[in-house]
Amino acid sequence: MFRPLPRASGYFRTDYADELALIQTRGERVSLAIFIVVLTALPLIASPFLLDLACQVFLAAIGALSLMLLTGYAGQISLGHAGLIAAGAFTTGILAREINAPFWITLPASALTGVVLGLIFGLPSLRLRGLYLAVSTLALHFIVIYLGGEYETKRGFSTGIMVDKPAIAGFALNDGRIWYFILLAFAAATLLICINLLRSRSGRAWRALHAKETVAEALGISVARYKLLAFVVSSAMTTVAGCLFAYYRGFVSIEAFDLFLSIQYVAMIIIGGMGSLLGALLGAAFVTVFPYAIESLLKLLPNVQSLAGDIFAVNYASFGVVMILFLIFEPQGLVGIWRRVQDYFLLWPFKQKPLAGARK
Amino acid sequence: MQLFVNIVVLASIYALIACGYVLIYRVSRVLNLAHGELMMLGAYAVLATASLFSGHPVMALGAAIVLSLVVGVLVYVFLMRKMTGEMVLAAILTTVALGILIRGFVVLVWSAQQQYPAQALGISNPSLTLPGGAHISLWSAALVGTTVAVYAALFFFLRFGRWGMRMRAAGQNPLLAAQRGINLHGVYALAWSLSTLTGALAGILLALDSGLTATMPVIGLKAFPAALVGGLDSLVGALAGALIVAAAEVLLIYYVDPLLSDVVPFLVLLAMLVFRPWGLFGTREELDRV
Repeated sequence: MFRPLPRASGYFRTDYADELALIQTRGERVSLAIFIVVLTALPLIASPFLLDLACQVFLAAIGALSLMLLTGYAGQISLGHAGLIAAGAFTTGILAREINAPFWITLPASALTGVVLGLIFGLPSLRLRGLYLAVSTLALHFIVIYLGGEYETKRGFSTGIMVDKPAIAGFALNDGRIWYFILLAFAAATLLICINLLRSRSGRAWRALHAKETVAEALGISVARYKLLAFVVSSAMTTVAGCLFAYYRGFVSIEAFDLFLSIQYVAMIIIGGMGSLLGALLGAAFVTVFPYAIESLLKLLPNVQSLAGDIFAVNYASFGVVMILFLIFEPQGLVGIWRRVQDYFLLWPFKQKPLAGARK
Repeated sequence: MQLFVNIVVLASIYALIACGYVLIYRVSRVLNLAHGELMMLGAYAVLATASLFSGHPVMALGAAIVLSLVVGVLVYVFLMRKMTGEMVLAAILTTVALGILIRGFVVLVWSAQQQYPAQALGISNPSLTLPGGAHISLWSAALVGTTVAVYAALFFFLRFGRWGMRMRAAGQNPLLAAQRGINLHGVYALAWSLSTLTGALAGILLALDSGLTATMPVIGLKAFPAALVGGLDSLVGALAGALIVAAAEVLLIYYVDPLLSDVVPFLVLLAMLVFRPWGLFGTREELDRV
């Protein structure tokens, strides 16, 4: 198990409020402040392309955080994450299209869909474990996608559903910068919810479940209840991400939610690093930026024209390669690398951590 | 009658693909989600060998099959061997990543357009009329025949062959098998190559019958429920599962809605997971070992 080195010295907690505080030291306060300033200043200087990229990262981060909750902490494998995002997006699309619902109806409705679907996705987990659970979520993914496709063809939106941008007090939200802040707020809220869930009773129960179900049950944790809770919370957050996706893109179609998207989300938490919220964020950023990075790398190569049609394929292949490399050589993911770098500077001029229990 | 023939053809497609899943799972407890892609790779290999041995269809097919055997061994040696002893999820994801890699590679080399290996080889695909008025294309009939032959061969190999016995032993208890001097890496590599071989056979025959695009892995994924319904570690189960899934799919498409085609196998799979997760013929203890 990973044990963090102490980050600050001369800091002692004197009351319980200090124990509970999320930000404890001055270093953390300063770095958080800098981070917030950078995030706020970014849309003022960034190009529209960069802004769109940031928005995509935030959307992916919400999905990756919720999947991390389910897989990284509660230990329930899900290969049907894209199905849940699709469910949220379609709930929004259908409601906006059929009854002209404003966003303050579609957003809770999407979350509600998520809760129901979470129960459905979670039910098999009461009987199945590991591989079989993964397969059952995979099957549910296909069923959700099928239902979406059925709706599209039956209602004659065979190419997809258009969703108008939501409006607050008659003011349509169609500026990229406003969306940047909306998505940032939602991503930050998701992160806060995750942090707090994980350090409370439910988070401890999930970790116990992950470690050993039998022991968790013996400790008085209701296995069925917490498994379902993990699925419900995770899928509600995911469908909210789907709802935001629908509004942000203004367009919903089943083609956007194929199996590859599910795999991308699983890749985010693997590449980021299992069992770490920071990992989910890093993974989301990495996987979202990756195709653009590959594209701009390709542009540096000579005779680009011959490759122009194959960028999609190059992306696919290189994504597979990167995923394999991470799985084989860096199973701890980006967070593992980050921690090693941190340890390097914390330990300097030494190289090894002191052995646990060693005398000074 | 035509309906019956359709069911048999689809069932043998699924069965031929499903035995690849079963072989690997039974021996090494790894679920190979790249099976559909490996199958497609075998089919595209025919395109490559067809231009190499132009005018000799038999040699081209033979070369493609040998190639797929080699690919199976390579996949094990360079990839899956590193994943021994890792988490279930990590092993599955490695195969998923491999699948993505192969898809990108195939599109990069052969483009995403529909290809017709049968034309490249210069063989035709006449339609045969069966007694009872049903039609079946030549290569579909060949596929049914191949499935029967492959299953018979696998059965005898696993039951009586020396290496077949080793494979069963490794699947039952790897530690004990290794203690008794069985070369586990050899056995696993053999399982991967056999699985890729049967997958490639299915891919090649399907491509000869109806052309080849980069969407072939979908069929491979749809065959997975067949393997699971029958029980992931049972060859007989894969046959039975393939029949059930194929029958459900053909009948529902015919009587209810053609759009259902992509979901029926997964509906059957879910039903099976609810009532009998270890499958019709699978071993029950499996569930806890995963």
